[in-house]
Order: sequence, then structure tokens, then C-alpha cells
Amino acid sequence: MNDRRWIRVTALENLPLREGRAVLLGDVEVALFNLGPSTELGARVRVLATHNECPHQGGPLCDGIVTGDSVVCPLHAWKVNLASGEVERPANGRDHCVETYPTRIEDGIVMVGLPAMRDDVVGAVRRGGSSDPPPARSAGDLDGASA
Amino acid sequence: MKRLVVAGNGMAGMACVEQILKHGQKFQVTVFGDETHVNYNRVMLSSVLAGEKSADEIVINTREWYTRNEIDLRVGVRIVDVNPEAKSVTGNDGSVTPYDNLLIATGSNAWMPPIDGLDKDGVFVFRTLDDTRELMRRSGPGKKAVVIGGGLLGLEAARGLQVQGCDVTVVHLMSTLMDRQLDPDGGYYLVGKMEELGVTVLLQRTTTAILGNGHVEGVALSDDSCIDADIVVVAAGIRPNVELGYKAGLHVNRGIVVNDYMETSDPDIFAVGECVEHRGVCYGLVAPLYEQGKVLAATITGNRGPTYTGTIQAAKLKIMGVDVFSAGDWSEQNSEPVRFEDRALGVYKKLTIRGGQLAGVILVGDTSDSHRYMEWLRSGTDLMPQRRHLLFPPPAADAGQDVAAMSDAAVVCGCVGVTKGAIIEAIHDQGVNTLSQLKECTRASTGCGSCTSLCQDILRAVAPDFEDEQKKVLCGCVPFSQEQLRGILRGQKLKSVQEVLDIYGNGTGCEVCKPALSYMMDMLWCGEHAEDRSARFINDRVHANIQKDGTFSVIPRIRGGVTSVAELRRIADVAEKYDVPMVKITGSQRIDLLGVKKQDLPNVWADLGMISGQAYTKGVRMVKTCVGTEFCRFGTQNSTAAGIEMERRFEHLFTPHKVKMATVGCPRNCAEATVKDIGLVGVEGGWQVVVGGAAGKSVRKADLLTTCETTAAALEASELFFQYYRENANYLERTYDFVERIGIEKIRKETVYAADPVKAGLLDRLRKSKARSYDAWSEGTTPRTSGQFIPLQPIEQVLA
Repeated sequence: MNDRRWIRVTALENLPLREGRAVLLGDVEVALFNLGPSTELGARVRVLATHNECPHQGGPLCDGIVTGDSVVCPLHAWKVNLASGEVERPANGRDHCVETYPTRIEDGIVMVGLPAMRDDVVGAVRRGGSSDPPPARSAGDLDGASA
Repeated sequence: MKRLVVAGNGMAGMACVEQILKHGQKFQVTVFGDETHVNYNRVMLSSVLAGEKSADEIVINTREWYTRNEIDLRVGVRIVDVNPEAKSVTGNDGSVTPYDNLLIATGSNAWMPPIDGLDKDGVFVFRTLDDTRELMRRSGPGKKAVVIGGGLLGLEAARGLQVQGCDVTVVHLMSTLMDRQLDPDGGYYLVGKMEELGVTVLLQRTTTAILGNGHVEGVALSDDSCIDADIVVVAAGIRPNVELGYKAGLHVNRGIVVNDYMETSDPDIFAVGECVEHRGVCYGLVAPLYEQGKVLAATITGNRGPTYTGTIQAAKLKIMGVDVFSAGDWSEQNSEPVRFEDRALGVYKKLTIRGGQLAGVILVGDTSDSHRYMEWLRSGTDLMPQRRHLLFPPPAADAGQDVAAMSDAAVVCGCVGVTKGAIIEAIHDQGVNTLSQLKECTRASTGCGSCTSLCQDILRAVAPDFEDEQKKVLCGCVPFSQEQLRGILRGQKLKSVQEVLDIYGNGTGCEVCKPALSYMMDMLWCGEHAEDRSARFINDRVHANIQKDGTFSVIPRIRGGVTSVAELRRIADVAEKYDVPMVKITGSQRIDLLGVKKQDLPNVWADLGMISGQAYTKGVRMVKTCVGTEFCRFGTQNSTAAGIEMERRFEHLFTPHKVKMATVGCPRNCAEATVKDIGLVGVEGGWQVVVGGAAGKSVRKADLLTTCETTAAALEASELFFQYYRENANYLERTYDFVERIGIEKIRKETVYAADPVKAGLLDRLRKSKARSYDAWSEGTTPRTSGQFIPLQPIEQVLA
């Protein structure tokens, strides 16, 4: 599962600072968030990507208010960490988690790393969201530590 | 009754008069002050300059206090002469006032170093409220300010000017800042902190001349360099104002010499505060004034006995984010220094111990233990048993323990001299439950304010019905009340949400504070600010109400609920064209199209050809109307026309919470005006204007604001209330809570019954906002941000 298909999505300037934008990649709707220049990245802009569906009732995370590294879902204010995909609030939502995707920026273009295709489902990316049981850990771990 | 004349209407003089009054009405008191204000907290002027407090908030003694205590207050009059033989004083207005006792409390003046050009326009000192106001008026973004002197006052002035937008340089003679209060190491840390804030610090330099032709253009320094300046603030030190001491023939050294009973060399003349010299020391800080005042009050009222033996000097820098505290004698001569420093954290602490007791303390970067050290200094605690825990106390089992461990005699408020015992007495005997009540009752925490949290802790532990006023902060990200925040935004002209979060908050913000700050910005600056859409709820980014499935509802404005055949036809066409799942008549006489996709919003609006009904936002909703005199046989007023006009005047504006309105043509109230935020109820010969009604989660009958004869007057009354609510309500506070909190009587006094200039101000600000407001749906054709409505189209396609 270490292999990723890196998709060129959009120019960085199409992502307003601290806002989310949705993009349909295959049959997965991905939410991209521009968190602005990050000191950890030597002042380079940090973009995070998650599945655009709140684990609570499927609200569009891209429409939430960004607070630090998290987003607050516009429907019922569930707070989801954009880096880990973990639910931070409410307490009884903590066993839920949203799928995250690694990102990188090359020549001003934001790229999203989708999970590699499974051999048995040619031409499709893995489906996340409410129809599948959520993964125990974020699939966005670059080091492949996901369960 | 004996006549007491007080020269000086400042903190020392009035604290002393307060103490004298405690001994009973023994004097007929006349107070002269050369400033034109009542007594205010001079220590807090830097907070006013930094926009953290308003001038009203630092008033200590109100005019009512003077009246209540039968004190004859003469503001704007300076005493220029004393005749000790005739026992009279002469004012600069020529008045001669006889006295039996004279109290000199003239404080100190700014010391002006010998620099050429100090008379130029743009050179200031920072001593009075008028100085502060003038500095605020003259400073602003792009202005260059030079502060001469890097002491406590100079640094606070520098930070204040910087917050006002100025580019600030501090020029200081010595090799580190605040050298009177800090050792070179502590000063070094402070230099770093000030530079981090963006203040330029130039050390070991003196100012040789102020340059410019009439007006300040720059300053010349001793190293032959010059720096540009529009404003120069001289904060090079203070000198006791002893002029009256000489005039009265008193013994004067550096200050007016007083003994331990606070008596001068003339038995009928007393002196207190910064103008006195006691045991060779002149104090320039607030704490000694109160102690001296108490002793003086006993002496002057014939209760001679208590003595003043000096005060341990303590100083605290009041710059948010720069914690500096210094007390006692921190020189290392004949003492054992104990030190801690962490350069990365910017924390420096030093204690000096002599004979097993604390002699002095310096804290930079972390002053949380300052109170513990002050108590050790005052009580001379033997530190041997706790030598291991001097710099870091062993963690307390619970927060209340510290308070419980304090003795009743321990001083909580060092400025005013209030002990823990006195606070507990106030709680039990006077029924004190809040910090404001405690301040009113004991004056604790009214000086420098550094004991506020300790006072809160004691209240929390002891008061049966403790109410934590501090808790009413907007949220943890920006720990200020909304009222304070409005003051800060207004005073400092902060014009973006992120700027407020960076300076006064955690830099991040959340879904609670960001929309609230966004509203305040819009209300105060009405479009002149940098609007940050990321700080607003999704409804306010796409101007539609998000539904449970992520689609949106669209409600066009139908003023007064009056529509037309053409409008209805277009609405029907739109509903059909975009497969709108539900078309619904709302409770507010409008039509709701539910289930519209975000990307369809711009086209839906364009096809409707109508403006936004703001049904999704904290803003002006609808005006519900009845048919009034137009058709109804009972109607007494044309409620439909009045409602449409009202909607036109308010539409597109944002409000602290949604505002629903209604106009009815007679008291039968068909459009339910008496349960709306603002309602007009037609009666024979006029209108009743009612406010603060509700028929939602709460049900409340609206209060009568006023009765008007004409529709124009009724609309103006509505406008006054509407703008007053916009300016004074907290975000998410509906009018029914607001009216209950403020009280309808006060609202009337400050709106419809206010003085003409006040009313004109409210209406002007409303009209200014209105002129800059616009139909949010116009963004359908001119989006504000990239991808505001349309999802991103990926550069690279992925097969589904």
C-alpha cells in the first residue's frame, strides 16, 4: 500500500487561505485545505487533503471553518483533524476517522496521492466514506503504517 | 468644620481623601486639579494608549463620588501660590482659598533632558490623559515615533504607539532597558522581547537634538546618526513636583520632606505621593501612595499614631506578552543570587537572598510567581526550609491550596494594601460575590491590577455565590469579553480577524470567535476592512443556508411579503429548471427554494432576478406586514408601505443575530409585530415602536420603545434602536436577550431620548454602513474567492 498514484489537481492559487475546496477524483470527493505558510515546512504553504465527508452524517468538510490543523463540520460542528483524520470533538466521535491523502506541491501545482489501485478493481480508486467501514487508521500515512 | 484644601486631584491625593473620609466627616474638602478630568488611574494610561481600556474604564472617583462626599472639586485650576501666614492658596484663575489644613499631592513632572528643539510640534510627554489622547490622535499606520528613554514608562509608551500602527524606535542612554529595575541579564532578555514585538531598540545613545522646521521631522543621536520621526515621546524620568513646597517655605530636598507621620516642616501642611521625600527616598510607583495616605489620614484627623516606614518597591511592566517584574534590592552585593534562565523560552529569573531572607527579585518572561515573592519580601519569611523550591514551587495538590495556605494578614493587593482577611470580611459582611463588587467595596485590584487573579481565587474559594465575570469572554482563543474586544478593535483600528487573533489571541481562532470577530469588523469598519471569508460560516461564504444533505436553500427578498405575477412566474420557472425538490411558503411571508446545489446558486440567483433575502445569515431578515389601510377595514396605518420602506432601509446589513421585523396596521396584530425584534404597531394617530419581542425558542412580548405620530418618525426610532443594537449587543445575542440585559429604560435614554448629537451619530454610522452594503447575491457574477461556488476541476482526470 506504499504506492500512491499522484494526481495533479489544481494551481495553489485556486485554494484560498484557510478555506476548503472540493474536487472529484474518480468517484472520491476530496477536500483540499490551504493552511498557509508553515514554519515546519520552512514557510512553504501547507495543503492537507481529506475525504470530503464528515464521519458523523456526511457533511461537506470543505465548507467548514478551519481552526489550526482541524476543520469544524458545518452541519453539527464535529471537529476533524486534517492531518490525522481523527475526530477531535465530540468525545463520543473519537472512534471515527476520516480518510486523509498525502499532498505535495510541485511548480505551484497541488498534487494529491491517491491509494494505489487494487488489482481486482481496475480503473477505480478505493472508495472511502460511509458505504465502507471506516479504516481504523488514516490511510494517509506516508510511511505505510496504516493497519 | 475645618477646611482642608487639596492641591492635586490625582491618585495619591484622592486615595488619601478616601482614607480621611473613613474617619468621619471632619473636613470641608476643596480639591484643585490642573487637569480637566476626575481622578483616574494614571498607571493604566498605557493600557488606554494600547487600546485595551477606554478612558472611562480607568476613572477611579466619579463625579457622583465627589458630590456624595460634599467635596468641592475645581478641575482645570492649578494652585500657583501658598501663603502659610495667611493660610491661603492662590489658583491660576486668580482665586484665593483659605485653608486650615493644606494637603500637597502634586505628584511629579516629566524630566526634560537638555535636548535642542524640545519645543517643536510633535514632542510629547506621557503623563496625563490629555497627553494620551493627543498621542492617539497623532499616531497611526505609517507614522514614525521615537521614544526617548527605555524605562518602564518609555517601553509602555513605545508598545502603545506601535499598537496604534506607528513604526517605533526606543533610544536609551544605558546598555540595557529598564536598568533601574533590571540587572543587565534581565535587561538583555527584555531587549529581545521588545525587538520580537517589532520595536527598534537603540542603546547607549543619547538624543542630542530634535530636528525639523517647527514640526518634528527627526532626531539626532550622540553617535552622529539621525532617524526620521513624526512623533517624539520624552520618557526620560520623573521629578517630584515640589514648587508649592518651596512657595510654602517647607523643608525640601529632592522632594518635600515628610516624617514617619507624613508631616512636613509646617504643622498645618501635609504632603503625600510622588512629590514627597521620606527617609531620603522619593517613590515613583503606585503602592507607596496608598500606605502613605492611610498614615496621613490618621495624623490629619487627630489620630496621630500610625507611622509610615517605607515601602518595598516593586514594578511590573504592563505590556501584553512581555512579562517583567522587579522588586526589592536585587543587587548581588553581600547576597546569594539564585538564577534560572532559558534563552529559547525567553525566561530569566533571579532572586537575591540575604541572611536567609529574600532581598530582591527579577522576573522576565514568566511573572506567575511574583505574588509569592512579594509576600516573602514583605513578611521576611525564612527561606531555609524551602531552599529547593525557590524558583519553582512544588506543584500544589489543587489550585485552591495556595489561597488556603495564605495567612489572613497576607497582603493580596499591594497597591491599595488589602489583606486576605479584609477580602474575606468583605465577602462575609458585605455580601461581595464578584470582582467588581470587591473592587467597589475594598478597592482591591484597582491599582496595577496584578492581583486580579488572586482576588478571583479567593472569591471562588470563599464567596457562596461567586460569579466569575472573567468567564464571559468570547472564547478561549481570544480571552476578552466582547465589549472589550469592540473597544480594542475600535481603539487600535485592527482591520482583519487574523490580526486580532495574532495580537490578542492564540493566532488560530475557531468557529466560535472567527464569525464573531468578522461581525465586529463589519459593524465597525463597514467594508473598509480586509474581510476574511475563511473566518465566516459557509452560509456567509455562499449566501445560502446549508441543509442536512449539503445542498442549500434560496430565499429571495420579497419586501413586506408583497410580490408580483412576474416574480411568481420566474420563481416557478427556476424551481422547474433546477429540479428544486421543495418550494415552500415560509413563516415570514416569503418563498423558499430548498435543495439547491452549491454550483447552481449563481445561475439560480441570475434567473430569479431578485436580491438576497439574507435568510441564511445573522442579518436583516424580513418585515412581515398586514394589509393595513390599503384593504383592511380595521386598518389605521399603511403598514404595508411602512414595512417595505423599513426593509429597504435595513436590507443587506449584518447584525449580531438575526433581526425579524413586522408592521401591523392596528392592534389586532395580524403580522405579530409584538413578538418581533422590531415592530411597528399602528394605532389611531400614530405608531407604537416595540422592540425585543420573540416567538421562537423564547417567547417574549416586545417592550414599547416610543410612540410616534408619523411614519417617518417611527422609522427613525426603529433605525436608532437597530444601530444601537448593532453596536452594543454581543454576537449571537438576540434583541430579546439584549433588551433584558441592558434594560429598556437605558435603551430609551441612549436612543430615542438621547441628545441630538448622539442620535445623529447613530444614524450617521447606520447610513455609512448602509451606503457600503451590497446585495450578497451580486457575487454570483463576481465571485469573491476562487472556487466560491464551482467545485475544482482537476488538471488530471481520474477514471471513476
